[in-house]
Amino acid sequence: MNDALPKLTLKDYASDQEVRWCPGCGDYAILKSIQKLMPELGRPKENQVFVSGIGCASRFPYYMNTYGFHTIHGRAPSIATGIKLANPELDVWVITGDGDGFSIGGNHMMHVLRRNVDLQILLFNNEIYGLTKGQYSPTSQAGTRSPSSPEGSIDSPLSPCLMALGSGGTFIARTIDTEAKHLSAVVKRGFGHKGTAFIEILQNCPIYNDGIFEQVKNKKIAADFRVELEHGKPAVFGKQRDKGIRLNRENLTLEVITIDNSESDSELLVHDETNKAQAQMLAAMVGPDYPVAIGVLYREDRTSFVDDSHALLTKSRQTSSSLKELLHSGHTWVVD
Amino acid sequence: MRPIGFNKRTMKLAEEKLDEHHLDQKEVKDVVVRFAGDSGDGMQLTGANFTQSTALYGNDLSTFPDFPAEIRAPIGSTFGVSAFQIYFGTEDITTAGDAWDVLVAMNPAALVTNIDNLIEGGLLIVDSGAFTAKNLNKAKYQSNPLEDGSLGAFRVLSIDIHKAVLAAVEPFNLGHTAALRCKNMWTLGLVMWLFDRDLRTTIENIGTKFSKSPDIADANIAAMKAGHAYGETAELPAGIHVYIVPKAKVAPGTYRNVTGTTALAWGLIAGSELADIDLLFASYPITPASNLLHELTNRKEFRINTFQAEDEIAAVCAAIGASFAGSLGVTSSAGPGIALKAEGIALAAATELPLVIVNTQRGGPSTGLPTKTEQSDLNMAVFGRHGDTPIPVIAAATPIDCFDVAIEAVRLATKYMTPVMLLSDGYLANAAEPWKIPDPDTLTPFPVKYHTEKAGFNPSLRNDVTLARVWAKPGTAGLEHRIGGIERNFETGDISYDPDNHQKMTDLRRAKVARIADDIPLQEVCLGNDSGKIAIVGWGSTFGAIHQAVKRARSEGLDVSHIQVRYICPLPKNLGELLRGFEAVVVPEMNTGQFIRLLRSEYLIDAEGINKVAGQPFKIGEVLAAIHEKNAALESQA
Repeated sequence: MNDALPKLTLKDYASDQEVRWCPGCGDYAILKSIQKLMPELGRPKENQVFVSGIGCASRFPYYMNTYGFHTIHGRAPSIATGIKLANPELDVWVITGDGDGFSIGGNHMMHVLRRNVDLQILLFNNEIYGLTKGQYSPTSQAGTRSPSSPEGSIDSPLSPCLMALGSGGTFIARTIDTEAKHLSAVVKRGFGHKGTAFIEILQNCPIYNDGIFEQVKNKKIAADFRVELEHGKPAVFGKQRDKGIRLNRENLTLEVITIDNSESDSELLVHDETNKAQAQMLAAMVGPDYPVAIGVLYREDRTSFVDDSHALLTKSRQTSSSLKELLHSGHTWVVD
Repeated sequence: MRPIGFNKRTMKLAEEKLDEHHLDQKEVKDVVVRFAGDSGDGMQLTGANFTQSTALYGNDLSTFPDFPAEIRAPIGSTFGVSAFQIYFGTEDITTAGDAWDVLVAMNPAALVTNIDNLIEGGLLIVDSGAFTAKNLNKAKYQSNPLEDGSLGAFRVLSIDIHKAVLAAVEPFNLGHTAALRCKNMWTLGLVMWLFDRDLRTTIENIGTKFSKSPDIADANIAAMKAGHAYGETAELPAGIHVYIVPKAKVAPGTYRNVTGTTALAWGLIAGSELADIDLLFASYPITPASNLLHELTNRKEFRINTFQAEDEIAAVCAAIGASFAGSLGVTSSAGPGIALKAEGIALAAATELPLVIVNTQRGGPSTGLPTKTEQSDLNMAVFGRHGDTPIPVIAAATPIDCFDVAIEAVRLATKYMTPVMLLSDGYLANAAEPWKIPDPDTLTPFPVKYHTEKAGFNPSLRNDVTLARVWAKPGTAGLEHRIGGIERNFETGDISYDPDNHQKMTDLRRAKVARIADDIPLQEVCLGNDSGKIAIVGWGSTFGAIHQAVKRARSEGLDVSHIQVRYICPLPKNLGELLRGFEAVVVPEMNTGQFIRLLRSEYLIDAEGINKVAGQPFKIGEVLAAIHEKNAALESQA
């Protein structure tokens, strides 16, 4: 199939529209990574559909030279579900933000995850409302000062990956806007996943929430503040690779340990993408006491909603039927 | 402007008693029977079976199930009374009847909630076995009405149906509770005898329904036969005998019974075939609209898929997504749900995608009267969106009409690339009438054409006549494009904040809907002259009552015509001129005057309203009284 496809490059996936994000916005990096990734996916360009809601991130489809639908606030998962149900051949991408996806659209997010509709969700999480000029979002840290919370927000933030796990998501990952290689690899795996692939992208907003992910993004210090998970490998991090995560079996919590000998090596938690309980603990890790986990946190093989829905159609359509038969079905009577 | 719709009639609608019912005679022209009982008494099933045998007998008919909002209300309570009404006769029947000639009351609660509408001299069948002190107390009767003489105006047939049915099903050893469940069938048997109906189809139906429990089936059949035999053999009070309702003269053909919901569902199926398109029906359960989802989800052998969304907004959005992908998205709800869908509908209007929205209206505001009918969403349908967002609005007039209107909604949506609002209501959804089954081959196809030409493509290319933009579906190579809710450039379809462009696009959206007026039939007068003294203008389910009232008034020699409007937006091109040909225009509506405001503002005519917001359809007598009143007023002016 790949051979039949024309050889395309990043440029083929860039639309003719001028990109209008603020200078320095993390969205630029994500856009470039996705445009670059597209030709590698081995799928026809005309089958790619990007669907977004409202917010800075949701301008994304305009910049992709694919099919795109910039919809209404929070509803992209629902519109994407309709698209995929109507034509399962399409590859459907949902582009959303922390406000769009987890505030106004929180309900749809929950259901698109539990249904396991076959599509990819890229959540651009900058922990702030950008397009409406800087109000705190449902992922903003408590105490965030913003135009609508001058004395600091009093809301507790939610964790998108924990929400996704709790909603019954079958592919849950976290990555970083400027980590092109990591982001591409995670998205590519999500694309290959049958079902809803949820990918949280930690994204910097240079205008309203600049530096909020500095610890995990700054190359000088990031290694000490994030742990890159790989299936089947121990959870090790730190510039010197001298720190690790251990499961305390007494109280079922994770602990950061210093790796100083081979004995501690054996205590390290080995990442198992299929272990939900472990994924929940890893997803919940936040600084400063814990490193932020990135990579594929959880995956589960389950039939997709779209496949199941179409199986029902196939089953129903095994017997032919006509409108005439339908109109005459049940009790009828003849008047001469 | 003087206030409209808030005249005296709104508060207490005058009504004329229609008095041609004579149960004294053996042969009667038409009869209204109302079965009323506890929610668990099986009144709907009883009514459905009686309806079927009545249709087979050859009467014209119309039915109306009237059930409570509670699923399982406490036994014996007045708010748990479930009723099924059928009006059948020898002439065309278009309503479920004003007042009942025969009332079946299975318990005191059913009696107290229905007796006021039984005509004087009407037949009352009661199960005296249910008139226990406890049940009388629940119905708030101070004394037993079967004994205190308060039912003197009626022919009362008081039978201990409890006792009779226990005796009839004794051989089946069902146990007390299961045995008593057969009382509805005993009662049905008696009513079948009363109108000389054939038991055979009901026997078949019972056999099918209880195919897994032959004992139950046999017991129910035995109970029905016992009820029938009771009529034949018992010494009945004077004036109670078999009534003959001669067959109606109806056009030859094959007929079936159909509810508005079923007709609407089948119309959508027919529409998808005629448009040669897959249809995604996305909906969230809400009374009284849910049955449309149920019906369609069982019809996936056609080009239908259904999606029960997590909420109303998700439902409309999934439908819009399907339309973007090249299917036709359809969503459905009742008033509160349609309100939630408003933002999505405007997105479909802005992006010029086809979408059908079915609103099965119910009593509002808010939760209002979920199981009762109303026409109070017309304003929302026509005006209820942010921005200048016109969309076509069409209304079904009868259960059968739902079929045609659904096809028309699909045609307009796909041809004009626009959301279309289809108005039905709780009455139409549940009411049933015999339908001369149309031949699908006589329906005109309107196949959808997707855009495939790459040269010069952009998503804003449009048809010069319809102004519809091209439909290029994802998956088509070379036509990759983006659409969205941000205003789009008229020429290119790209985002545009240009002031002149916004004016142009706003004008375009308006013109596109306005041009549909060139593509719909001119307004006809459905009964009466094309001009004259009084025009009664209806829309939606008021059709039946208006039609009968106008018919009666005309038979009295009054100059009155009935005009029924299907196209609410845009209105038929000739409607203004037509209405100006009448001295008086009267608009009955089950709201406080929504369509009339449209007519008055559109045509500057002095229309008057008859308004009823009681959760119940208009009675013929109410419309007739209004006609008489208006006629008298016009005569005194002259």
